[in-house]
Amino acid sequence: MEKEKRTLVIPGETIVSGNSYLPGDGTYRDGEDVVAAKYGISEVSDKQVRVIPVSGAYFPRRGNTVIGTVIDVTFNGWLIDFGGSANAFLSLNEVHRYVNRNELNDFLDIGDSAVVKVWDVKAKGIDVSMKMRGFGKIEGGMLFKVNPNKVPRVIGREGSMVRLIRGATGVNLTVGQNGVVWVKADSIEKELNAKKIIDFVVANATMSGLTEKTEDFIKELGLKVEEKAEIIEENTDTEEVKEEKK
Amino acid sequence: MADKSLYTKRIDGRKMDEVRPITAKVGVVPSADGSAMFKTGGTRAIAVVRGPRVLHPQNKRNPQKGILRVSYGMMPFSVWDRIRPGPSRRSEEISKVSEWALDAVVDLDAFPNTVVDVFIQIPQADAGTRVAGLNAASMALAHAGIPMKEMISAMAVGKADKTIIVDVDKDEEDFHDGEGATDIPMAVTSRTKEIALLQLDGKISTEELKTAIEMGKKACDDVLAVQMKALKEGSAGVDNE
Repeated sequence: MEKEKRTLVIPGETIVSGNSYLPGDGTYRDGEDVVAAKYGISEVSDKQVRVIPVSGAYFPRRGNTVIGTVIDVTFNGWLIDFGGSANAFLSLNEVHRYVNRNELNDFLDIGDSAVVKVWDVKAKGIDVSMKMRGFGKIEGGMLFKVNPNKVPRVIGREGSMVRLIRGATGVNLTVGQNGVVWVKADSIEKELNAKKIIDFVVANATMSGLTEKTEDFIKELGLKVEEKAEIIEENTDTEEVKEEKK
Repeated sequence: MADKSLYTKRIDGRKMDEVRPITAKVGVVPSADGSAMFKTGGTRAIAVVRGPRVLHPQNKRNPQKGILRVSYGMMPFSVWDRIRPGPSRRSEEISKVSEWALDAVVDLDAFPNTVVDVFIQIPQADAGTRVAGLNAASMALAHAGIPMKEMISAMAVGKADKTIIVDVDKDEEDFHDGEGATDIPMAVTSRTKEIALLQLDGKISTEELKTAIEMGKKACDDVLAVQMKALKEGSAGVDNE
């Protein structure tokens, strides 16, 4: 009946009643009721009920792009810490180029950072890969953290905010879903400008008309707005956006 | 006058079953994964949640589910006399009973080998700190996006001489006339209305205890209403960064 109903729910709160509803992510069934098991926005679509978290720690999901740091080199891969509940494992086979089995730390050593894709999330651990285009070791530039729950705003609809920032400052920008942002440009001023804009977006993430405000802010910094950004609705499911690197 | 209670009027003018004014707020500690503040009258509690994160030492890890670790503490300046900072017999006990109470509602099956840390601090105390701490902790856990079956609301009920009272404050806790004071902190889950914590310090008859628990459950509903309101407002109003 209801196509989409979105309300903020609290653990233990009944979202809908009726046996025809299916409890999805962040919900459970209690008799007739479908009950929230997490604090977040409830979504009822096609009898499927789920709760999308609005705050809290980052929980990796398959397909997410994350930026992490190598904390250990094992005999067949690397352990990567991305600030989640478990460390991610990057297997030797999931690297885009040939790496000698005995010289793993020549490619990635402890302390190096990398952009990786979440391949599998299991109770045993998280597997990541860097085989696709745009993933790999981070060289140069600047890394900083933002609130993971604000990442969808930093990315914008289909990456429009990323394009806006890139257009204005001329940086290469990668936003990890875990809240780590990598900016790289030929000068540090450009990188710092990009950081300022991103901090602005994060600080004003709940405001309406974020795009216009960001464009104003960019002009205030003395930069030109080259591409329009479209804003995505607050709390929409994070879509995966990757910036192509040269 | 055997039947008449010596405690006929509350010191601060409340009704016998009336709780002190409550305020609650989430997101008070921006760097944490989840945080909340809960205040009843002169008692104020702050709870911070960090995790799920990798648990050290390794021998404490549970490969089947994540564990919950609660630490409760009163700040040195929270009462008139200075409280010696660091763990004490009392704070260790409260940490443990709070952990058991919260463990009844959180569901950490999805995070094996990890720990969820809950830190409860009391910046200002006027009795009922463990229940205020539990209320804050339950909100902070929800705010941190931890899977929970339901919420926990807690309230202290008690007895001053023969009068059963709700939300005991420090003056009432120190009531010495007649039968003296009894303090019963209790926590109730929000959905199934099960009791997650029940402690008793003092003397009380079975009949009176039953009445006290019923009154406590009612007070917990009031607390839950405030907790829900704070959480519903929180994500829009309070920024997490």
